[in-house]
Amino acid sequence: MQIAQLLIFLILFPLIAAFFLLIAKKDTEREWIVKLSALAIGIVSVYLLITTYDKGTLLISAIPAEPTGLVMFILEMIIAVYILYLGITYRRWLVVGLILVQSVMMLYFELVYSHSVHIQANLFSDELSVIMALIIGIIGSLICVYSLGYMKFFHEHHPEMPDKRPWFFGILFLFLSAMFGLVFSNNIIWVYFFWEVTTLCSFLLIGYTKTDEATNNAFLALWMNLLGGIAFAGAIIWLAMFGNGMMGLDALTTSGKVIALVPAALIGFAGLTKAAQLPFSAWLVGAMVAPTPVSALLHSSTMVKAGVYILVRFAPVFDATVTGYLIAMVGALTFLIASGIAISQSNAKRVLAYSTIANLGLIVACAGIGTYEAIWAAILLIVFHAIAKSLLFLATGTVEHRIKSREIDDMNGLIVRMPKIAAMMVIGIAGMFLLPFGMLISKWAAIRAFIDAPYGFLFIIILAFGSAMTLFFWAKWMGKIITVTTDSQNIEGEVDKSEWAALLCLAGLSFITTLLFPMLSIHLLEPFLMANYGNVARLSQDNIIIMILMLFLLMLMPLSILLPKHKHRHLAPYMGGRTTTSDMRFSGSLGVQKKTVLSNYYLQDWFGEKRLKSWGIWLCSAIICIMVLSAVLKGVIL
Amino acid sequence: MAIVFILVAPVIGGLVAGIDRKITAHMQGRVGPSIFQPFYDVGKLFEKENAVVNETQIFYAVCYIIFMAFTGALFFAGGDLLLVIFALTLAQVFLVLGAFAANSPYSYIGAERELLQIMAYEPMVILTAVGMFVATRSFNVSEIATTTIPVVLLIPGIFLGFLYTLTIKLRKSPFDISTSHHAHQEIVKGVTTEFSGPSLGLIEITHWYETVLLLGLLYLFFGWNPLLAVVAIVVLYLIEILIDNTNARVRWQFAVKSAWLVALIVGVINLAILYFLSGGVP
Repeated sequence: MQIAQLLIFLILFPLIAAFFLLIAKKDTEREWIVKLSALAIGIVSVYLLITTYDKGTLLISAIPAEPTGLVMFILEMIIAVYILYLGITYRRWLVVGLILVQSVMMLYFELVYSHSVHIQANLFSDELSVIMALIIGIIGSLICVYSLGYMKFFHEHHPEMPDKRPWFFGILFLFLSAMFGLVFSNNIIWVYFFWEVTTLCSFLLIGYTKTDEATNNAFLALWMNLLGGIAFAGAIIWLAMFGNGMMGLDALTTSGKVIALVPAALIGFAGLTKAAQLPFSAWLVGAMVAPTPVSALLHSSTMVKAGVYILVRFAPVFDATVTGYLIAMVGALTFLIASGIAISQSNAKRVLAYSTIANLGLIVACAGIGTYEAIWAAILLIVFHAIAKSLLFLATGTVEHRIKSREIDDMNGLIVRMPKIAAMMVIGIAGMFLLPFGMLISKWAAIRAFIDAPYGFLFIIILAFGSAMTLFFWAKWMGKIITVTTDSQNIEGEVDKSEWAALLCLAGLSFITTLLFPMLSIHLLEPFLMANYGNVARLSQDNIIIMILMLFLLMLMPLSILLPKHKHRHLAPYMGGRTTTSDMRFSGSLGVQKKTVLSNYYLQDWFGEKRLKSWGIWLCSAIICIMVLSAVLKGVIL
Repeated sequence: MAIVFILVAPVIGGLVAGIDRKITAHMQGRVGPSIFQPFYDVGKLFEKENAVVNETQIFYAVCYIIFMAFTGALFFAGGDLLLVIFALTLAQVFLVLGAFAANSPYSYIGAERELLQIMAYEPMVILTAVGMFVATRSFNVSEIATTTIPVVLLIPGIFLGFLYTLTIKLRKSPFDISTSHHAHQEIVKGVTTEFSGPSLGLIEITHWYETVLLLGLLYLFFGWNPLLAVVAIVVLYLIEILIDNTNARVRWQFAVKSAWLVALIVGVINLAILYFLSGGVP
């Protein structure tokens, strides 16, 4: 029974914290509530890991479905009315139309079918839920703590914006609550409810600054996710009509392909919208207008991870089906195209956005293929991506506040200007694409998974090209940061303590997870794969030892600073023989003093956003149409 | 094998470079230096003063050689081929970072071009590893090297594709776009512009390590017949020298486009044929 209480605590406690944050008006009160709640959530998520250790899947039937379901339905309708109201006041007729369709569908379901739903356990917990809970509980809370310092600074420097911090932090914690609900729900109607709450939260957070751009992008995110919500509602109705009211995830994923394939395809579609896969990538890029902690939250531990979580859940159904392959193809193409677009972006947050879309694409590709090896890779990608990406976003946010720019070219010589934060950023970037850090291990796992999958060679070729592009845009960013400029001052100054705490924890996590990754694999992933696929994937012992060796080698390297220094003669960089001042100014023709400015290659002609995106949108839309149609046709015939 | 590699590879790599220069000289109608000239050159570099733009350059140069030696050791100890490739990338990135760190326009261009070069060959290198796995069902270098399967006959397309990228990796004309041994077509010295003295010496030795590692990769295609393998390596390296001396540097656009096109065509065709030949069972 203890586990039931833990799950309910994790779902309800952030909600209570959110309520208190809404009414707390003083800065100090807010700080204490956020810090203590974050600590509590983090500790309980770890405690959950300890108590569920080695217990496998636990179904929890303690909570009665009837009254809770009714409350959820009423809340859903309130949300729908709220969105309807906003849609009408802002004249967004697309949103109005979509929310009406969705509400009618759910109303129909509630009136006609809700009594015929059979479900034993509404909540459950297995290794995958626990991993997701750790990501939400640790990384999500760290981001909340970071937000304290960030939002204070934000409002001090943007006096024109209304200070609605109680509202902001309230929504952050509501978001965490919804995410916990999502990963612990076994009842698919509950999953749907939490799904819709995350859509609402992201909408509110993206539109936080209330500028025209923010409002537009918030509605963009809203309609795309509502589209996914409609597909999700369609899946529920289909299950009610043809699935004998089978609504438990545990039953669905093991029920075989006949009943589950159509709902899985529809929910897969919903997952694609939430995971911002092409053609729905625009909302995640648009979400960059929000304050940086929001981006960090959306990209690492919530929202997009909900999309890939549900795909990984349904992966046993996708295994070796045309539907699964088409979803995987959408993911793989998204990986390729988004990696390409990232090369052409000069804005740091947009690079991060496209890299997220790309990595989610890879996770979707693995989930769609759905073999045990692919799922192993997918879960590793989810974990490592969450850590590295949140670190990068938060570091970028802090840098942005100091240099007043998000352009990568303006980060030239960051290692001199802000050594500590630059180091965090370098760790984050290295975590994204270099051995021996987690993301590269996961990519490696993905290659091995693709080799053993039917038609896997197509995916491998896409992966090979995509990862070459990934390397290009990360390395050139890293190069910018570590450039040693002679004319810059250290402007790091006093970084807020809460920001530091979050950054340090995340940087530490990047190393610790890389070191402990074999444990993670043996104790959490392998039991999960064994239970769901009857087979396990792992890296061989030798390779793990070699990688740990490399990690230590890398960690030892910076210690070379401590070695006794030889005196080296310093020379100015070669400037073609021109007389150059120490801050890299030289006299150009006509005797005009010019400053040397070095800019990265962005290769607009090849990887320009417009060009690649239109290709991606058409290609992926076509594949998605075929995917849904083929699944429905198959379902009708069977 | 790993320790043997770390000790002997620079000697072999240096000799290869020396022979390369001798043959090149003959092709150009010169007598050329002694085949030990590369060792004299590097020896002299180490006697020079270590002048730098900033100290971090030395750090990156040291990381470059350590991780290159590590990669090679991993390869010759019979480790996992994919791991070798990823470790090689890590080493390469250190060279690029060293060039970026100097904040100099010429080494900056060199760094960006080096990255373009890596982006050009990376897909083919990954496909090579995958091709070897499909042919031998193993990623372990020790197993691929001692297999009885004629690997090159199973993956001839991938072999040709690998040869194409080998020209890039050996920094041979026409693909020596980031730094070149031919002064006449160089943008100052590209990626190594700001390295001098002992740091430059380290980078030279690293290139020798890399050459031996690449020749080792070439060996894997002929692993079932060691004699043939050695003959093939010699012949192919001579062809590389010939290509080097008969081509002018191309634009980087062509280098990336053609390398990708080759990788795409041979990768798809060769892997697809193998896939369908094995009856859909990979």
